Amino acid sequence: MTEMHRPLLAIEHLSIGFPNERDGTMHPVVRDSSFVVNRNEVVGLVGESGSGKTQTAMSVLRLTKPPGQVLHGRILLDGDDILQMNDIQLRQVRGNRAAMIFQSPRTSLNPLMTIGNQVGRIYTRQRGMKKKDAGDATLEMLRRVGIAGPARVAASYPHQLSGGMAQRVMIAMMLACDPELLIADEPTTGLDVTIQAQIFELIQEIQQETHMALLLITHDLGVIAEVCQRVVVMQLGRIVEIAPVDTLFADPVHPYTRRLVGSILRPDLEVLPAAARGNDFPPVVLEVGGDRYQAVSVDSWRSVNVGRPEMVEVAPGHQVLAHAVDAPSEAVA
Amino acid sequence: MSAEPILAVDNLEQRFKTPGGLVYAVNGVTFQVAAGESVGLVGESGSGKSTIAKSIVRLGEPTGGSIVYRGQDITHLGDNQMRSLRSKLQMVFQDPTLSLNPRLSVRQTLSEPLRLHKIANGKADLDAHLNRLMDLVNLERNLLDRRPGQLSGGQRQRVGIARAIATEPDFIVLDEPTSSLDMSIRISIIELLRNLQQEMGLAYLFISHDLSTVRYLCSRVIVLYLGTIVEEGTVEEIFSAPKHPYTQALLSAVPIPDPALRSSRNRIVLPGETPHLTHPIVGCPLADRCPYVEPSHREGRIPMVSVGPGDHRVACLLYQDGSGAGATAPDASEAA
Repeated sequence: MTEMHRPLLAIEHLSIGFPNERDGTMHPVVRDSSFVVNRNEVVGLVGESGSGKTQTAMSVLRLTKPPGQVLHGRILLDGDDILQMNDIQLRQVRGNRAAMIFQSPRTSLNPLMTIGNQVGRIYTRQRGMKKKDAGDATLEMLRRVGIAGPARVAASYPHQLSGGMAQRVMIAMMLACDPELLIADEPTTGLDVTIQAQIFELIQEIQQETHMALLLITHDLGVIAEVCQRVVVMQLGRIVEIAPVDTLFADPVHPYTRRLVGSILRPDLEVLPAAARGNDFPPVVLEVGGDRYQAVSVDSWRSVNVGRPEMVEVAPGHQVLAHAVDAPSEAVA
Repeated sequence: MSAEPILAVDNLEQRFKTPGGLVYAVNGVTFQVAAGESVGLVGESGSGKSTIAKSIVRLGEPTGGSIVYRGQDITHLGDNQMRSLRSKLQMVFQDPTLSLNPRLSVRQTLSEPLRLHKIANGKADLDAHLNRLMDLVNLERNLLDRRPGQLSGGQRQRVGIARAIATEPDFIVLDEPTSSLDMSIRISIIELLRNLQQEMGLAYLFISHDLSTVRYLCSRVIVLYLGTIVEEGTVEEIFSAPKHPYTQALLSAVPIPDPALRSSRNRIVLPGETPHLTHPIVGCPLADRCPYVEPSHREGRIPMVSVGPGDHRVACLLYQDGSGAGATAPDASEAA
C-alpha cells in the first residue's frame, strides 16, 4: 500500500482480555476486531454498555488498564504498530500524533493545577516554547474553543468550571497537541443537550479546519447521524457491522444493528419504532458471491449451531459479521 | 382539561440555602395534571424539574405555593398523613440500582407495599398479587426470588415500576426512568409505561431531559428554564411549533438520528450556559442569552400568554399582542 492510501489508523484482529476473578483465565472483552480510520475521516464507534467500544478506544493509545491486556492483534498508526513501541516512541504518539478526550472532563484534568498551567505545559513541554509565549498561546487557544473570558478561566481550577467549560478546556488541550487523530469517548455524556450541541459544533468546526481524523465513541445514534461519515457497530466485544452512515440507518443488515436502529425514538417525527411494535430481529441469510452466510446476533449465538464468524462484505464499504452456512435449506429454518 | 385535575400545583417556590447563598430553584410554577393524562416536564440541569417532582411526592418541602392532590392540599402534610396517600401517589426513580434495596429479593420488595397498604390479605392472596404484578411488567415469575444484583438493568427498572404500581396508584411521578438504560432496553420500558398507563388509567408526570421519549410517551409538555415555566402545550404544539426562544433552541439542539437530514438542520445555539440563580428572577429568565432580548424584557414578571387555539401558552413578551405573530417573534418553523 502506498503512503497516500494507507489508512491513518488500522486496527487488525484486536483482542483484549481481562482475567476472570475465579481462575485468572483471560476473559475477552474485545474479540478479533478490525477496522480503519482514514485521514480527514469521522468514524463513529457505537455500542451499548459492555460492547467493548471504550476498551477498543483506550487500547489505541495503549491505555488499557492492567490487569486487562491486549491479547492479540496490531494497532497501526500510519503504519507503525503502537503495541510494539517503546516508551519514548509511545510518548511521541500520545498527545502528539494522537490525542483522546474523555467522558468526564473534570476528572481528566489535574485538580491541583490551574487551567492555564495545564494547557501551557503542553506548549512548553511538547512544543518547546518559552513560558511567556506558552501563556499567550494558551489564552489564544482558550479563546479559539469559544471560552469568553480566557484569562479568568486560565486562572481557575478544574472544580470551578462547569462540565461544558471543562470539556472546552479538554478540547483546547487536545488542539494544542495538534494531533492527526482524535479519539473522543462519549465527550458530551452528562452534559445538557444545548451544551452538547455547542461542543459538537466546536469539534466539527475544528475537524473541518484541521482535517484531523476523528474516532467518536458513543451510544447515541443521533450524534452518529449528525457527525460521522462511517460507523462501526459493536456488540458484546465484537464488531458486527461496518457501514457508511447513510447505509447504516437506511439499510442495516445485522440483526443487532437492526434492533438498535429499530429502537430509535425520533424527536422530529411521531413514528413508532419497529422495536416497540414487538418486532424481533431474526438472523438474516446473506448471499455474497454465490456463498451463503448467516448473520446472527452475538447474544443468540449460543442457541444457534454456528460456524466461525467473519466479516463479510455485502456491498463496497459495508461489512457484516456472519458465518458461512453449507446447506441453505437447514440454515434458514 | 375538562374534569377537576388530579394534581394542581400553584405558584410553587423552592429555595435552598447553600454555602454560596440562597439558590432560587423553583420560582412560581403553576400547572395541572388531569386524571389519566401524561404530562412531560422537560428542562436542562438547573431547570428545577427534579425539585418539583420531589415536592410533589413530598421528598422535599416547598418554601412557597401549594400542591393539591384530588382536592386535598398536601403541601405541608406530615409523614403520617402522607402515608395513606402514598399508595395513590407513587414515584419511579432514575436509577433502579440505587432505589431498590440490594438485600431484598424481588418478592420482599414487592410484598412490602402490598402488606403495608393492606392490599393483599393472607399468603395465597399475596402470591396472586405478586404474580399479577410480575405479569403486568413482563417479568418471569421465577425472578421473584432474585435480588437486584442478579437482575439486568432493564429487569431492575421493571421491578421499580412493579413496586410503584403495586398499590394501584392513579398518579405516578416518573423521574428520568430510562436514562440509565441502554437504547434497546429503553424502548421496551417506555412501551411498558405506555401500556400500563392505558390499562390502569394512570396519570403520569414524566420528568425528562430526553425530548424524544417525552414526545413518545406524553400528550402534553411543560418546558422549564431556571425554575419557571417558559412554555406549555400539547406534544404536537411544542414539537411542531415551539414559540419560546428557549424551547426552539432546546429542540434544535437534539440530534436527529437521520443522516439524510444532516444538511437541512437549522440549529439555534444560545450563547453561554444556564446560570445558577442566586437572586429572584426579574423579567425574562432567558434575557442574558436570548437573541431577541430588548430592555423592556428585563423588567417585571413575564405573564403566560395564549398562542394557539388550545392550551398552548408561552411566557415571552414577543407574543404579548396575543396573536402569537409579533413583528419580532421568531418564526417557529425555522426551528423545527
